[in-house]
Amino acid sequence: MPLVGTPVPRLEAPDKVTGAACYVDDFALPGMIYGVTVRSPGPRGRIRRIRLGDGIPWEEITVVTARDIPGDNVVALINDDQPCLAAEVYNHAEEAVVLLAHRDRALLERARRQVHLDVEPLPPVLTIDDALAAREVIWGTDNIIKSYLVEQGDVEAALREADLVVQGEYETGAQEHLYIEPNGMVAVATPEDGVTVWGSLQCPYYVQKALMRLFRLPPERTRVVQLETGGGFGGKEDYPSMIAAHAALLSWKAGGVPVKIVYDRTEDMLATTKRHPSRTRHRTGLRRDGTLVALDIDFVIDGGAYSTLSQVVLSRGTIHAAGPYRCDNVRIRGRAVATNTPPRGAFRGFGAPQSLFALERHLDVVARAAGLPPEELRRRNFIRRGERLAVGQQVRDGVDLPALLERALQVSGWTERKNRFRQENQRGTIRRGLGLSCFLHGTGFTGSGESHLASTVALEGTAEGRVRVLTSSTEIGQGTNTIFSQIAADALGVGGEIIEVPRPDTAAVPDSGPTVASRTCTIVGKLIETAALSLRQQLLEEGLLPLPYTTGDFQAACAAYVRQRGALRATARYQPPPGIHWDEVRFRGDAYGAYSWAVYVAQVRVDLCTYQAQVEEFWTVQEVGRVVNPTLAAGQIEGGVAQAIGWALYEHVAWQEGRMANCRMTDYIIPTTMDIPPIHVWFEEAPYPYGAFGAKGLGELPMDGPAPAILNAIHDALGVSICRVPATPEVIYDALSREEALV
Amino acid sequence: MRFDVAAYKLRTPQSVQEALAWMAAEPGALRPLAGGTDLMVLLAAGKLPGGQFVNLWPLRELRTIEVTSDSVTLGALTTYSDVQAHPVLQQEFPMLVEAARQTGGWAIQNRGTLGGNIGNASPAADSPPALLCYDAELELRSAQGSRWLPYHGFHTGYRQTLLRPDEIIARLRLPRRRGQRLHCYRKVGPRQAQAISKVCFAGCADLEDGRLVSVRIALGGVAPTVVRCPETEHILAAATSPAALDEAAARASLSRQMAPIDDIRSTARYRRRVAENLLGQFVAVLRLHPGWATP
Amino acid sequence: MSDGSGQQIDLHFVVNGQAVTVRCHPMARLLDVLREELHLTGTKEGCGEGECGACAVVMDGELVNSCLVPAAQAAGVQLRTVEGLAAGGRLAPLQEAFLHCNGAQCGICTPGMLMAAFCLLQHNPHPSEEAVRVALAGNLCRCTGYAKIVAAVARAAQEGGDAL
Ligand SMILES: Cc1cc2nc3c(=O)[nH]c(=O)nc-3n(C[C@H](O)[C@H](O)[C@H](O)COP(=O)(O)OP(=O)(O)OC[C@H]3O[C@@H](n4cnc5c(N)ncnc54)[C@H](O)[C@@H]3O)c2cc1C
Ligand code: FES
Ligand code: FES
Repeated sequence: MPLVGTPVPRLEAPDKVTGAACYVDDFALPGMIYGVTVRSPGPRGRIRRIRLGDGIPWEEITVVTARDIPGDNVVALINDDQPCLAAEVYNHAEEAVVLLAHRDRALLERARRQVHLDVEPLPPVLTIDDALAAREVIWGTDNIIKSYLVEQGDVEAALREADLVVQGEYETGAQEHLYIEPNGMVAVATPEDGVTVWGSLQCPYYVQKALMRLFRLPPERTRVVQLETGGGFGGKEDYPSMIAAHAALLSWKAGGVPVKIVYDRTEDMLATTKRHPSRTRHRTGLRRDGTLVALDIDFVIDGGAYSTLSQVVLSRGTIHAAGPYRCDNVRIRGRAVATNTPPRGAFRGFGAPQSLFALERHLDVVARAAGLPPEELRRRNFIRRGERLAVGQQVRDGVDLPALLERALQVSGWTERKNRFRQENQRGTIRRGLGLSCFLHGTGFTGSGESHLASTVALEGTAEGRVRVLTSSTEIGQGTNTIFSQIAADALGVGGEIIEVPRPDTAAVPDSGPTVASRTCTIVGKLIETAALSLRQQLLEEGLLPLPYTTGDFQAACAAYVRQRGALRATARYQPPPGIHWDEVRFRGDAYGAYSWAVYVAQVRVDLCTYQAQVEEFWTVQEVGRVVNPTLAAGQIEGGVAQAIGWALYEHVAWQEGRMANCRMTDYIIPTTMDIPPIHVWFEEAPYPYGAFGAKGLGELPMDGPAPAILNAIHDALGVSICRVPATPEVIYDALSREEALV
Repeated sequence: MRFDVAAYKLRTPQSVQEALAWMAAEPGALRPLAGGTDLMVLLAAGKLPGGQFVNLWPLRELRTIEVTSDSVTLGALTTYSDVQAHPVLQQEFPMLVEAARQTGGWAIQNRGTLGGNIGNASPAADSPPALLCYDAELELRSAQGSRWLPYHGFHTGYRQTLLRPDEIIARLRLPRRRGQRLHCYRKVGPRQAQAISKVCFAGCADLEDGRLVSVRIALGGVAPTVVRCPETEHILAAATSPAALDEAAARASLSRQMAPIDDIRSTARYRRRVAENLLGQFVAVLRLHPGWATP
Repeated sequence: MSDGSGQQIDLHFVVNGQAVTVRCHPMARLLDVLREELHLTGTKEGCGEGECGACAVVMDGELVNSCLVPAAQAAGVQLRTVEGLAAGGRLAPLQEAFLHCNGAQCGICTPGMLMAAFCLLQHNPHPSEEAVRVALAGNLCRCTGYAKIVAAVARAAQEGGDAL
């Protein structure tokens, strides 16, 4: 019985429902003490002096500043511009400056309040406009961390000749990941034994790389172990390197005593990364029949004070900015700018939700201007197999966008509902509307990313006749363990019960790359499939495995192999699919091995008394290649849509002087059970030959489509165009009252 | 961990009397702690000053609901879950039940108390507007004895009340009314559940012989305290027929009785407008009511 | 800090059917007493402000957020935590339903969700979907979008009967 395609229950769920699962806050080592962080007071300034106040037994407390760092004071990632501890200057509010550790947490808190930073404030840059104006330069020579240009055809000429040109500007706010488990790490570090950290994280080898640089240690003395991780969504992609570094520095200075740092909710919100805020300007040229002839897109994201992953977020956002449409003349200028705010990082969708929000919202505005229904404008411009996306990539997938759209319209009862709402909206104070969005999401790393990563996985047969799947891909709730075991079992032709997926530990697993970019199932899964086939081949070649064989035969063969020849191990290393070329300099070519495609529909209700918009029902139709586990896959879609509903309507980060003012769960509003509507999930499956059993990426896809669909539905309900998320009641009220003022 | 538990002394009395005696002995030194749903939040945030607290929660005598022919008297420890479960409250004081239903989530409703909601004195609290409309009275008790005050007027400024440092809120009394009464309660928060109000509106009107005899309106979230809006009440109560309800004048007067602010939760503009819209809904409820005398 | 007079007390209560005595400060959070003194780390801290419900436990039959309960108020109570749902090495029907429906993704909200659902089914063995949603509204989940959690509770209600 093949397991791929069936709803195998989550492997680690028994531990999760009994309370046995061990998260970082549950993890303790003998003699462990606690660490806390003293942070910068404002968005930008110079640190004159660090004073330790009175009434604290400082001799008992481990105090670490930038001077105590044995290696380089950077959190190594891409540009290495972010210090682990601010030394002379600080560039954002809540930047780490001093670390303290002690076993008594109450004393530690008193001590934290007694560390005084004498600072000289400097003028901060806080918005995208300020950054672009560059009156204060805080990054490079012009505050621009990275820029990209995608160009095809002649946009200016096409705009001149177009029958209709429509412009628009769209904004998205920062978003807090709000994983329910805050960040945390435990570290043991000594010059003799090196550094070991255990914690809540997505990417063990990112943390290892950062620690090696900070402590000048070789990989074999820098060990990173993942614990059960209570949600990530990208928020535990780069920041764990920072906390791991802090815990390790404290342990190092304290003589190797284990040190635990677990943030409370407020500290997590204040200090850790957010989704990049964005601003996108569109100029779109059309022919009378609705054909798109020019797309001119200016996409800017706010990266915060240090570059972290901004350039990669920018590249994905830029490539997705023109969506699933065919257009001969396209210009996309993408820029990531620096501001004196806490660095922005990875967040589910990685730049694509921002640029796709702008495009899909804009196309509804364009459709109105062109006098076409929104679905019709899209239908006329969908890209088809064999045609080229804006970056020049030829679409090879077996995608049929008109069919996806048709399905979405049909399952949502689009026409019937629209007519009904048109009638009902004449009366009372409730307005209803429908909106849709059409989009794509590239699977895996952008461009040559996967080739550079060259991920490796290993499968190991044991003397007990079991098979261990060794990867650095982390289970963070999305189902890695379960899916990997399904893939390995089917590729080996055995039952799932003999497969083990141990938790990543850099001392025991190869580097299969980070757990990001919807790459785990499709790309790492494919490597597992390949390694499994080669493991099976080894057994066949040794004549240990009869054909056909049962799981029992396989176990016996494994055991025999180990007995006779020692270790049974097969590895696989990433090879790009044939015919894939990416030119990083010209920013053209095959940006991704494959894309997932989707059409989403939202039904929204707006109360004219409170201006609150609510999603009443949501339909998702997507083509994601082969679905490995339908229950887990649906869970990803539902969870992603819920997170995107939050981003679209509720989740507002209130910045005050570059600091998150609403840094509590009471004030940062995510949806509850009462705010999430029924979400319908339909999969179309067009297997992708280079993904595990035909799988493509699906974890991030559901973050891309909901926001524009929801705001399009608001437009439909109210006749008023809202061009920013979150569309809080205050935003909707302001838009309506501007409209009132005009008439 | 932003707090030091050793800095707090929580004393559990055997009776209300004992609690009051402790409070009398050291006036101002002991703060009451009921369900803890406000105080424990402050504790964790490192914002609760150290000192002594008196543990009211175990005092069952403060968790009673007594019904007589002309009033319902609720102990200060009455929780939101208690309120929702009570048949007389459901029947006659639906706005209080609605406020309770919309306060926090289930776990909060099991622990949050009416006394705590009043004692906490937040201008955004949800039960006070209902209590104001129902002409609630409070019993404040100290070792010296007890005094009854109208709830209206109890909040004297932002988080300021008439409670003396040696007193606790012991009970609340809601006068019953047999005649026809209209109720209109609406909480507007950022989401459908577990939300702090941006604006909260309570309105009720008593009808006798097909005519309005009294209108009461109270608002939360739009001023430094929860407020009654007497000017608006008079304008509406003056109407002798549905057609005579002067919504425009009522809206204008309501606006004069508010002083909303911009904060991290909302804007002054929004709060003002929504409060007016909610008044508009109340007026519509009054207008559509079938109980008016036909001329 | 103020008078620092907080004296420790001997706190007695029953947790998951077992009588325990803990020496702690009366103002200590029940959450910390459970996790640190009794090593019942299944109860989670997601916010410490009553908002997320990850710390929810059942106290004398009622759902409470343990981060908001001062230890002194747990004197003499009967507590049930997530560790007390399974009996005799067998998962409760509610837990089985969470496995079957994929009600736990990252799992950090799961203990609180389970306790809220358990408490609901004790009060109301056959809740409507709306009643489930209302009862769980104080438990935030960032992974699931709630659908599979609500489905799991419905399934447990259907299959569990009195075995809950
Ligand atoms: C997650 C969450 C959601 C919430 N949602 C809402 C909401 O939607 N609407 C709302 O209005 N509130 C809400 N609250 C606030 C809180 O639950 C209420 O104010 C509750 O009624 C407080 O009651 P308590 O018994 O828990 O108060 P405690 O925390 O015990 O006390 C609160 C204050 O009142 C004083 N006090 C308590 N009892 C007395 C008494 N008998 N006499 C004198 N003083 C007393 C205390 O000294 C303290 O100053 C929420 C709180 C949380 C944590
Ligand atoms: S930790 Fe108690 S409610 Fe969040
Ligand atoms: S399963 Fe992750 S928060 Fe609910």
